[in-house]
Amino acid sequence: MPEAIKTENLTKRFAGLTAVEDINLAVPAGEIFGLVGPDGAGKTTLIRLLATILLRSDGDAQVGGYSVTDQAQLVRPLVGYMSQRFTLYVDLTVLENLRFFADIYRIPADVRAKRIEELLAFSQLTGFTERPAGQLSGGMKQKLALACTLIHEPRILLLDEPTTGVDPVSRRDFWKILSRLHQDGATIFVATPYMDEAERCQRVALMKDGKIVLCDSPANIKALVPGEVVAIEVGDAHQGARVLREHPLAMRVDMYGEVLHVYTDDAGVALPGFRRRLEEAGIGIVSIHPVELSMENAYIHLAGRIGGQTS
Amino acid sequence: MLCGVLDPTAGRAEVLGFDVSKEPDEIKRRIGYMSQKFSLYEDLTVAENLAFYAGIYDVSEDVFAERRLAILEMADLRGREDELAGNLSVGWKQRLALGCAIVHQPPMLFLDEPTGGVDPIARRHFWDLLYDMAREGVTLFVTTHYMEEAEHCHRLGFIYDGKIIALDSPKKIKERFADHIIEMVCDDQEAALALLDKHERVRNVYLYGAAVHVNFGDFTGGAAEAGKVLKAAGLRAMNAAPVSPSLEDVFVSLIERAQD
Repeated sequence: MPEAIKTENLTKRFAGLTAVEDINLAVPAGEIFGLVGPDGAGKTTLIRLLATILLRSDGDAQVGGYSVTDQAQLVRPLVGYMSQRFTLYVDLTVLENLRFFADIYRIPADVRAKRIEELLAFSQLTGFTERPAGQLSGGMKQKLALACTLIHEPRILLLDEPTTGVDPVSRRDFWKILSRLHQDGATIFVATPYMDEAERCQRVALMKDGKIVLCDSPANIKALVPGEVVAIEVGDAHQGARVLREHPLAMRVDMYGEVLHVYTDDAGVALPGFRRRLEEAGIGIVSIHPVELSMENAYIHLAGRIGGQTS
Repeated sequence: MLCGVLDPTAGRAEVLGFDVSKEPDEIKRRIGYMSQKFSLYEDLTVAENLAFYAGIYDVSEDVFAERRLAILEMADLRGREDELAGNLSVGWKQRLALGCAIVHQPPMLFLDEPTGGVDPIARRHFWDLLYDMAREGVTLFVTTHYMEEAEHCHRLGFIYDGKIIALDSPKKIKERFADHIIEMVCDDQEAALALLDKHERVRNVYLYGAAVHVNFGDFTGGAAEAGKVLKAAGLRAMNAAPVSPSLEDVFVSLIERAQD
């Protein structure tokens, strides 16, 4: 199976709206592939098409080598889909939820107990089997949802913002689990609003208005942002931002507490001018240093430019 | 508790000078509150939602007429007054919810994870609005899971297991954190994580964006040590070097310590 996911002009129309338009995408088996984009870009619709929950309007997609249109019943056993919303039964315990999913996927009785035990250990939930799912913390709920998604040992994971609203420590635990699955050869297709997560993917697609406007490795995406970013810490960030936004060499100024992130073509050329302008306005400069461009910087820069205005 | 909705079991708190257990109604009337689940009426329009909250907060009609315009302008919702709230995308809903929370011009605003699941650009717009309010003198009390958002705050508290485990400006919190963090990129990150996790000097090790961060505690020779260990196992580490800790590094480490 060279390609885990391949789409050809995949399109989904709803009344009066094309949610997914002409998408051509190939994800090799074993890749961690990230999907980012503004709210309403069509990320969830795309994932649902691949998971055979929605039927495409035009084009087609192969998942695990089978068509999501004509062979959906062959696709389903191969994929594990985790939706953005919490889909577990809150009044069932951790163990009951796992058993329920084992029933749905008809996991044979002789392997069931062992597999559930492995998944509990894997998701660090062994000590919580009797707790109702509704009483788990946000991070534990996500881990349980992932464990249920893995009950039939899918080779292709379709994860729709699996860590939204989860604290950084739990997010890290969750990604450790994804890392292990990746190591075992699983293909992971994940939508995320967190740019540090996008940075962990081998390739990232930026989706906007139903289309994929950019698809490349995080390093190559970051290389698309022209110029440099400098962090200038000032006494008064509000005034500092106001002053620098009027400077012709500042392409963009973002406030981070007392620190300003200023995007400019050539910091060496621009900095003396920035300095002078701030001093003239009576704004004290605490420090100036270059910032290594993050995916977050790159996203803000690129998503605002490519394919029209966002939200 | 700070909004005057839950009564403290012990201790006391004052918000805007009022006691949360004795004068909760004085507080409720004066604060704005925006929750992670936007409390908008999906089957009411943008304008109707604003009018509803103005009614709840007893905003007089002529004051509301002015406020309404200012809020629509702020939230960039002019021209969309008659759209159903339910039809707005999350980014717009968020700005409308903020508008509803400040219809009575509260001097104090509580925001409970206001930007969950919103893309970085919508989050930036939202924070620009918050900065404008802060400049006008509004006090903002925000909870967030985004460390990059925590950087926006003048001061921040890390809360874990019901206790505040750090409280200061983002800069001071980072400065006070003494652990040595090594950043590197490996040819096999997952193997490197597993290997370094077992190392006796390593406090913790985790993915950080595309790189791996290794916390060596007070040990200063981490970069060389990590390179040596990985090389012995046939792995290659690129650019292993000490970095100044980010808020996320600090948060993760403080929590792990609190768990021990």
